[in-house]
Amino acid sequence: MSTTTTLVPFEDALTRYEPVMGLEVHVELNTATKMFCGCATTFGAEPNTQVCPVCLGLPGALPVVNEKAVESAIRIGLALNCEIADWCRFARKNYFYPDMPKNFQTSQYDEPIAYNGWTEVEVDGEVFRIEIERAHMEEDTGKSLHVGGSTGRIHGASHSLLDYNRAGIPLIEIVTKPIEVPGDKAPSVARAYVNHLRDLMLALGVSDARMDQGSLRADVNLSLRPVGTTTFGTRSETKNVNSFRSVERAVRYEVSRHAGILDAGGSVVQETRHFHESDGSTSAGREKSDAEDYRYFPEPDLAPVAPSREWVEELRATLPEPPAERRKRLQSEWGFSDLDMRDTVGAGALDLVAATIEAGTSPAAAKKWWLGELARRSNEQGVDIAELPITPQQVAQIQSLIDAGRINDKLARSVFDGVLAGEGSAEEVVAARGLEVVSDDGALSAAVDQAIADNPDVAEKIRGGKVQAAGALIGAVMKQMRGQADAARVRELILEKLS
Amino acid sequence: MSSSAISRDDVAHLASLARIDLSDDELDRLGAELPAILEHVKVVQQVAGDDVPPMSHPIPVANVFRADVPRPGLTPQEALAGAPESEEQRFLVPQILGEE
Repeated sequence: MSTTTTLVPFEDALTRYEPVMGLEVHVELNTATKMFCGCATTFGAEPNTQVCPVCLGLPGALPVVNEKAVESAIRIGLALNCEIADWCRFARKNYFYPDMPKNFQTSQYDEPIAYNGWTEVEVDGEVFRIEIERAHMEEDTGKSLHVGGSTGRIHGASHSLLDYNRAGIPLIEIVTKPIEVPGDKAPSVARAYVNHLRDLMLALGVSDARMDQGSLRADVNLSLRPVGTTTFGTRSETKNVNSFRSVERAVRYEVSRHAGILDAGGSVVQETRHFHESDGSTSAGREKSDAEDYRYFPEPDLAPVAPSREWVEELRATLPEPPAERRKRLQSEWGFSDLDMRDTVGAGALDLVAATIEAGTSPAAAKKWWLGELARRSNEQGVDIAELPITPQQVAQIQSLIDAGRINDKLARSVFDGVLAGEGSAEEVVAARGLEVVSDDGALSAAVDQAIADNPDVAEKIRGGKVQAAGALIGAVMKQMRGQADAARVRELILEKLS
Repeated sequence: MSSSAISRDDVAHLASLARIDLSDDELDRLGAELPAILEHVKVVQQVAGDDVPPMSHPIPVANVFRADVPRPGLTPQEALAGAPESEEQRFLVPQILGEE
């Protein structure tokens, strides 16, 4: 098996092989009820409190389609430039696994509601077109808890416990056509695509699209072929990759792994793989069933879905501004250079910067904090910038304290520390940590006198007209006052006293 | 799959997909019976000409929808009432094999 495979360094692999990717993204819709029954869909509810005969697969229960879910599916399809089916059906995907109490998943097979679309993602200022094969409706599965194994894994477990609250929540599965981009770009294109879908879902308002809560999940299909050839190699399917960064890592790992197998003259096994967040590796899952093993057949308990063209056009009119056009508009509104914009998008901070500006901060300041201080912290912690526990409104509050002269940039960094540590609002952190700038002349004057006394040589230079030497005294005052002095006022006082 | 020739392996594969444990005798017997059943059903296909579209639903309706309004379901106690075993308000199932 592949566990002993030598990994070929990514860049080295690309000298001999070209990756071809396919991405399957599952989006959990934010409807109030499930796909085929009226059970609530609240995240994190107590186990088996949001279940009924339909989603438990009890005999005789009959499903009915959630209209809002169909509407969301159509809007997603339209936003991905898909054609919308005139008429389509659900199908049963038959398999025995305890996460689906019906012993089949209600999905769509050869009649997806949306198909033949495309979208565009931007990486390092370059635009890549991603062709969309289909977007179809289906339902989520229940959640298993494996008991008795070493680490909550299925392997070695003595039994498993099932919570069916999630079973039946509407899912839209979005499948790309094969993505053939220059190999060195493949990992970042994959990441940018999933990120782009998240932005799109949020703009549409159809899903929370949170990878950390599983409402956006990506499967990464990858194969290699020798450079210069056109036939696709055997692919692996890495399941449930749960962060943007992991999407990128999974692509890199699989390229290295496949290259190792192919270099050794072996053949890649067509199988699902599990991604391991801890070290970015993947391990073998089950061998992929053939589609025919699922014995798909049209769902007899559900009527076909035949969206009228009028309805489709009505929904088209509700689509938000496409992300690429929005980026162009924002760039000109904010006066950002191409590079500024690329950095902002690349950091995954576009919506954060936009919301901060909307909350009253200047574009330059919003960019400075998100791409500087906050991007640095997200890198250090290895989390996406959007996952930092700070809101654009809080960033705007910090900047307004700076604008009001109550704190300076240096003190602002401590305010960020406090807000990120959950110590409350910017105001509360300033008060609790005593971070306010001192511009009270009494306190400043005493500190200036002290600095002059401590640095007679410098003071003499200033008296002699070397005004630029004041910097050293300002530094001394700042040090005394732990950075909390109003620098401009300190300078004025120094010059007054020494003129 | 082709309707007339069903190998013993086909039967064994179908049985495994359906999680049915068949003995050697049963595999032999079904290997002979299944083609006969398929032949029988094939008669229906002769009736359906090109002018008869395949149907999956007996009534020609579409767009039967439900408003996205929550309705009360079962209590956890009701939901688990028919479960052979439960633990921590969850359905207990035996060891799952064949994956990972």
